[in-house]
Amino acid sequence: MVGIITYGVYIPRYRIKVEEIARVWGANGSEISAGLGVFEKSVPDLDEDAATIAVEAARNALLRRTIDPEQIGAVYVGSESHPYAVKPTACTVGEAIGATPNMTAADYEFACKAGTAAIQTCMGLVKSNMVKYGLAIGSDVSQGAPSDALEYTAAAGGAAYIIGNDDPIATLNHTCSFTTDTPDFWRREGQDYPRHGGRFTGDPGYFKHVKGASNLMLEQMKKTPKDYTYAVFHQPNAKFPQKVAKDLGFTADQIKPGLVVPRLGNTYSGASPVGLAATLDIAKPGDTIFVCSFGSGAGSDAFDITVTDAILSDTFRRGAAPSVEKLLQNPIYLDYAKYAKHKGKLVMQA
Amino acid sequence: MSVARFWRKIPQRYNLIGTKCETCGQHFFPPRTFCPDCRRTGKIVDHKFAGTGTIVTYTVIQTAPDQFASPGPYVLAIIKLDEGPQMTSQIICDPKDAKIGMRVRGVFRKIATDGESGIIHYGTKFVPVE
Repeated sequence: MVGIITYGVYIPRYRIKVEEIARVWGANGSEISAGLGVFEKSVPDLDEDAATIAVEAARNALLRRTIDPEQIGAVYVGSESHPYAVKPTACTVGEAIGATPNMTAADYEFACKAGTAAIQTCMGLVKSNMVKYGLAIGSDVSQGAPSDALEYTAAAGGAAYIIGNDDPIATLNHTCSFTTDTPDFWRREGQDYPRHGGRFTGDPGYFKHVKGASNLMLEQMKKTPKDYTYAVFHQPNAKFPQKVAKDLGFTADQIKPGLVVPRLGNTYSGASPVGLAATLDIAKPGDTIFVCSFGSGAGSDAFDITVTDAILSDTFRRGAAPSVEKLLQNPIYLDYAKYAKHKGKLVMQA
Repeated sequence: MSVARFWRKIPQRYNLIGTKCETCGQHFFPPRTFCPDCRRTGKIVDHKFAGTGTIVTYTVIQTAPDQFASPGPYVLAIIKLDEGPQMTSQIICDPKDAKIGMRVRGVFRKIATDGESGIIHYGTKFVPVE
């Protein structure tokens, strides 16, 4: 059955605290942290971007399982911060893991849910026997305009999933999506920073679509939230996933392992995939995982997942690559000036 | 750097693809097409280096070329790869933490960009093994 063969995550070492960003803009940092449930966010190194993060996540996935990279027939990278406007990140990833040239590749963009859209594409290609393995990645060095609300959470990181049929560590039992044309967040061509509809991003955006896809999944699988061991929801902040989980009937314990946003921030296309990875890091055979991503614009992809015995077998080495928890440890904190340098927010002499 | 010059070296830059002489077992990076010891009896094949090694010596560059992704100061080291050859690369660490004999491993990073509109040169840099 189609499922996750292996997975890997990459998070840069650097962090900035929400309080430090608030200090610069004269805002109340502790109030903002409490409101968002986010205390710090990851920041890329000067020489890191969505492509380098995608490569490191994919290489971490390959460390966990012996797979011939040439058997990977499809590479899709979801991001809203692809380094090039025209030239695929997926080709760089394919080359850097040795999957080229006999593979198809493309970049995806759907705000924060391009990574889960990539997983869905790979599921289709694997189920139809078009490829043996498909590599789906969500990776971002997300942007937030200086002093904008997004600046407190827009983070960097990514996760990679190799999808296939042979002895998966977790079966992808079903996926479904809920999509509408909702302008809750956007970035026009040539613009450095995205804009958003403020509070409009809540009910008509996040909550409508996450609930739409989640209820569709529960209905189609004839399940209730109690049937799942864990649940992962897109996490632009800690408040939204906690509220939507509660509204849908999931408990705080179910979402706890995958709720990484308080120490990581919102990694956009990486957010739900990293949350799922943090859950897989501690999952046992037989555990069931509910996942629902969200991408502004707007849509949600839901997944019904069952962890198999393979996660503890000799063919899968969970400890061979760093867990999300390990990647969150030992951060290097930046002040706002160095953060601005890392994010390219300083205008240099041409 | 011209597009073709960067593109030609992608296997070496991304994946440390060098060569190995199957006759004497010597490894070469950058790749050699001819074994200087075995000469005509040498058999050269591609070899993907593991990407782990040790710092032989290093310097700290204070002023980086304009196109470099890291403006400096940064650590530039000669690294002895575990298979034998030595290569020059940046080490991603605080310059005061760099030490001769330090174990390092390769990571995928941006090396340089060809101005605002040119191509991005990705490749291998090294980080301390923790």
